[in-house]
Amino acid sequence: MNTWDILLWVVVPYVSIAVLVLGTIYRRRYDKFGWTTRSSQLYESDILRWGSPMFHVGILLVLIGHVGGLLVPKSWTQAVGISDHAYHVVAVGMGSAAGFLLLVGMAILILRRRLVGPVFSATTRNDKAMYLILAVVILLGLWTTVRVNAVGPGYDYRETVSVWFRSLFRLDPQVELMAGVPLGLQLHIVTAFVLIAVWPFTRLIHAFSMPIGYFTRPYVVYRSRDPQPARTRTSAWGDRP
Amino acid sequence: MRVMAQMAMVMNLDKCIGCHTCSVTCKQAWTNRPGVEYVWFNNVETRPGQGYPRTYQDQREWQGGWVRTRTGRLKLRSGGRIKRMLSIFANPKLPKIQDYYEPWTYEYEHLLTAPAGEHTPVAQPTSLITGEPTKISWSANWDDSLAGGNELIASDPILARVSGQVKQEFETAFMFFLPRICEHCLNPSCAAACPSGAIYKRAEDGIVLVDQDNCRGWRMCITGCPYKKIYFNHRTGKAEKCTFCFPRVEIGMPTVCSETCVGRLRYIGLMLYDADAVGRAAAVKDETDLYEAQRSVFLDPRDPEVIRAAQAAGIPDDWIEAAQRSPVWDLIMKYEVALPLHPEYRTMPMVWYIPPLSPVVDVLRDTGHDGEDVDNLFGAIDALRIPVEYLAELFTAGDPAPVHAVLRKLAAMRSYQRRINLGETPDESIATAAGMTGPQIEDMYRLLAIAKYEDRYVIPAAHAETAAGLEELATGCSLDYEGGPGMGGPFGEASGRIAPVAVESFHVLAERQRADQHAEVTDPDAPPRRVNLLNWDGRGRPAGLFPPRQEEQPPGEQR
Repeated sequence: MNTWDILLWVVVPYVSIAVLVLGTIYRRRYDKFGWTTRSSQLYESDILRWGSPMFHVGILLVLIGHVGGLLVPKSWTQAVGISDHAYHVVAVGMGSAAGFLLLVGMAILILRRRLVGPVFSATTRNDKAMYLILAVVILLGLWTTVRVNAVGPGYDYRETVSVWFRSLFRLDPQVELMAGVPLGLQLHIVTAFVLIAVWPFTRLIHAFSMPIGYFTRPYVVYRSRDPQPARTRTSAWGDRP
Repeated sequence: MRVMAQMAMVMNLDKCIGCHTCSVTCKQAWTNRPGVEYVWFNNVETRPGQGYPRTYQDQREWQGGWVRTRTGRLKLRSGGRIKRMLSIFANPKLPKIQDYYEPWTYEYEHLLTAPAGEHTPVAQPTSLITGEPTKISWSANWDDSLAGGNELIASDPILARVSGQVKQEFETAFMFFLPRICEHCLNPSCAAACPSGAIYKRAEDGIVLVDQDNCRGWRMCITGCPYKKIYFNHRTGKAEKCTFCFPRVEIGMPTVCSETCVGRLRYIGLMLYDADAVGRAAAVKDETDLYEAQRSVFLDPRDPEVIRAAQAAGIPDDWIEAAQRSPVWDLIMKYEVALPLHPEYRTMPMVWYIPPLSPVVDVLRDTGHDGEDVDNLFGAIDALRIPVEYLAELFTAGDPAPVHAVLRKLAAMRSYQRRINLGETPDESIATAAGMTGPQIEDMYRLLAIAKYEDRYVIPAAHAETAAGLEELATGCSLDYEGGPGMGGPFGEASGRIAPVAVESFHVLAERQRADQHAEVTDPDAPPRRVNLLNWDGRGRPAGLFPPRQEEQPPGEQR
């Protein structure tokens, strides 16, 4: 266990998660006005209608896969009678399908963003950097899944990466488990933590406003004018710099 | 009974000359910012015509508003909550920017930098969306005054519903203007479609607003609104809409569109309504019953029981009193000449319209008949099926009876008042023919033709104790207002706290609009005051605009 190991498997994850949490709180506190999907559908709708659902459904499936793979210990799935082989087949199968959906969706969206004039001119430098990181993370993840598990001999990350990941939250990081992890997967993990750190400062923050409350609230919302004297309310009309 | 107050508007279409002053001043006030270049909270469209955005009234295409299900409940036409959430990644029915129009600017710089040459340099149009040179081919009122003729009118979705025979003679038949703002509906489908719950109806005055901090840009409201009066700011990624100029209305001033309307065709007032009855009224089975159903929701502000219930609901007494004086109540309930725009959308809109008689009068005049003779007018209303059918498609879900009744009243008023104008004895039979009485007609005439500023706009100011959240009032100084702008402090001009400029302008404007004289102040002993040039009406010599004259010089010496 050298300095690099500590840096990559202890410092980076903790810093990244801390930045994610604090950054999100910061945006929620001081930049609600900037918190939006920044949709470009007004400029271009036909391509978006294919690309966007593919990408979003794909990434949600991938998210579910990651939650299952990282947070559910191997012993639990074994306990309910799922054999390791069955788990592996399902995980790789569904992972590849979701990943493919994600990849095609992302390709469509990035090409659209580059090739459709109005969409491209509405793309900020922040967006470009975010797309780069996001694409690298997704490509590395897919590459690892296909290369190591589907084509290659297979690698049981549930014995190493998952255990290490859970140990982070017990505040007892088991760095030694990460030593033998394939390079591709290591890169995927490190870049993913970079993505997590920049998350709240990019448009990706809209993922945290999934409108679950829509299912339960009444259709028409009534609100009274604020009975309290306004404190430091920001303008409702966005006259910010 | 749950009494709520609603700020409402009525527009008298006979008076609209299509000058677009309302649109322009509204745009200057609210949407002259990047991201909303294409947005007109107030627009004036020519009927027949395609409207803005194009063909927005075709709800089979655009899926706005509510529909009644077989079980008698209301459902958004674009689908229920689950369908909406499933389509959240790409709204299947969002108008494109081209359906509004692609905003543009001109290369003004070229006019200055072009080298000297044979031809006068021109400023090429440039798209504000792509930044590329563009060819202007559509705008918010491209088909203004029937420009484009049959080719463009043919796409009018309302015209498509009027029978085929009508279309032939239509072009020669009539044309009128329809100014539109947000309807501030009692049953807003935009709010119902918002996944974030960012669109809300204000409990005090019913104004529908978008909370800019909570909007996440899902764009469902744009589909949900059948009037397409919610717009997407493509720079901020948030929805924006007409605010009924709430900062003005809160201090008793009319909206900018009303204030600047040269035809003085807009009326603003309060309506009290029973919030518990809205859902049932919006879900009546027959679309043609919706006009009456909505009228049944309104509560008579003079009814003692309503007054008690309103007080119990916390509505202040001066608001109840304002509701009693409301011109909107008179036009909708007393004279029954105002009709809702597209009641069949089931949103219970609260900007109503007095349908125009002018198309009928125009035809009479153009064919050499007397356009003020009551028999001619009544006959023409019955004979000219086209305008009546078209108006009915706009205002009563296709039922011509209420439109007929309104036009007969307007015609009767026209004939009745002409006799008075010519010094003849008023003819009570004219009034009776329209189901009114002579005094009623005179009252209605007063309201429609000569109502003063205070009669057209009966707007109770928001209460200081409830309005503390207002942006500028929150500084706490605006209501300490005394002695004119900038004169508050004990140490002369500009001492003391600063009056916010908006509040300052509003008060001066209010003073000017209510004054019977020009801005000139003749009292030589009046203390010097600062003149706000923004509010100077250009007439007279307000005190303080020029330094006082030394003394009159003999006329000979000036030459």
